[in-house]
Amino acid sequence: MSFTVTTNPSASASTAVEFRSVEKRYGQGPVILDAFSLSATRGDFIALIGPSGCGKSTLLKLVAGLSPVTRGELIFSTSSAGNHLTNAPSSTSASARDDLAYVFQEPTLLPWLTVAQNVALPLDLRGAPANPRTALVRDALALVGLTPRADYYPRQLSGGQKMRVSIARALVLSPQILLLDEPFGALDEMTRDHLNEELLAIRERLRWTAFFVTHSVAEAVFLANRIIIMSANPGRLHREISVDLPYPRTPATRRDPAYHRLVDEVSQLLRSVEDLATV
Amino acid sequence: MTRPKLLSFLLPALAGALFIAIWHFIRVSLSEDFRFLLPAPTEVIAAFREHGDELWRATLNTTAGATLGFLSAVAVSFTLSLLLSLSPLVRVTFYPYLMLLQMTPIIVFAPILVLWVGPGLKSVTIITFLICFFPLAVNTTQGLVSTDRNLVELFRLYRATKFQEILRLRIPAALPYFFTGLRIAATLAPIGALVGDYTAGSSAGDGGGLGFQTIIYSSQAKYPALFATAAACCALGFIFVAGVLSLSWLTLHKWHDSYERADI
Repeated sequence: MSFTVTTNPSASASTAVEFRSVEKRYGQGPVILDAFSLSATRGDFIALIGPSGCGKSTLLKLVAGLSPVTRGELIFSTSSAGNHLTNAPSSTSASARDDLAYVFQEPTLLPWLTVAQNVALPLDLRGAPANPRTALVRDALALVGLTPRADYYPRQLSGGQKMRVSIARALVLSPQILLLDEPFGALDEMTRDHLNEELLAIRERLRWTAFFVTHSVAEAVFLANRIIIMSANPGRLHREISVDLPYPRTPATRRDPAYHRLVDEVSQLLRSVEDLATV
Repeated sequence: MTRPKLLSFLLPALAGALFIAIWHFIRVSLSEDFRFLLPAPTEVIAAFREHGDELWRATLNTTAGATLGFLSAVAVSFTLSLLLSLSPLVRVTFYPYLMLLQMTPIIVFAPILVLWVGPGLKSVTIITFLICFFPLAVNTTQGLVSTDRNLVELFRLYRATKFQEILRLRIPAALPYFFTGLRIAATLAPIGALVGDYTAGSSAGDGGGLGFQTIIYSSQAKYPALFATAAACCALGFIFVAGVLSLSWLTLHKWHDSYERADI
């Protein structure tokens, strides 16, 4: 098993993550991800979309280090010019993965901790001193608009609010790479649209590189500057669509004819991939 | 006081009064020869007055056995559950026997225990321990291995140490299960101590507990005193369960769904 993760300072300064012919299989099982190559530029918002079984969630797990790469290379470039919340300590010399956060499909909050304590969890687990911690938690909560709910317990929150807490927890470490695995899939459309707008607003302030797995074409077009359409069995990069709608994007973006053209285009491509999968 | 709250006090009180009235009615309708079978409520109260010191001492002795057995069962079962939850191999090996031992009627071993450690508090404590141990161990182990997969992954992602994972994730997540076991054990502890005392009690030293008193009163045909003994054991059980329920409420009510209030 060759698990190659390189931190490469000599790579182009603007590259955040690079996949070089990455292959993934579990044991002797089928190939989940085949010859996947992609270079993510710092600040990219990459949406991953495709039929189930195309390996998009696996891709996030590889980046997160929750699962090793089978073949190929996954290269991270480190940078001291991280994007930090106010009051954040300067970037540590730890490996690239310390600058990475994951937002799961479910809010995955600890029910016995308050909202603020949940957001503080990643800091607590690293033994962060109380001094920057309080300020970091406060800032992260302010970003997602949950300051008044700091002392609530998760069960007192709505589904959308829980997801906001989950996002605040991901942001509290000032990640340079943000991995989101269908974070809004279980929410109603109104809440989802609203959270999409909030996510982009936060992005205006903290320029992380995002990988966003979704099943919703509209969501992908609204959020991303690059959409990766994947095909299944084995998971491959099928097409890349670049979304040249200008940021900041607002609800008005959803009325833009260019937005609708892109949604149509991606939908058709996705349908052709899904037809392939059923043959 | 709101109406539902008032009703929730009034209705049980009425039911209790009705119960005592029926008890009294049955008693007076019995013929003179059979009245000894069912002592009147007043006779039970009189028995409390007559045997007060004896019953109080016996209750204290039973309380000691129940408390020691209960607390040691909590400590040992929790440690064992942690070990079982840490190693799937250990769990697979021993869990079936834990379940099997739970089915074993502990009281069968009472005579052997008496031979090993002698009658009295030691035997009573061990019997209570054994009776409380299994529901605690089974529930706590279940809780410790039922941690949400996603939460475990979250902890791994943030590079939590194994120690952090146990202390900050697995143990708090297991608390609702632990309290389920604790509630069962709390009802079993006073009964276990009484039954233990019945089979392995001793009049030596401080004298026996409520189980030992049961033997004495039944041999002397002091039936009202038997009822008083039962009532004392009942009161002890009530204190145990109320204590555990309060502890459970204090620990869980803020976050656990079982204490969900309608106004949230």
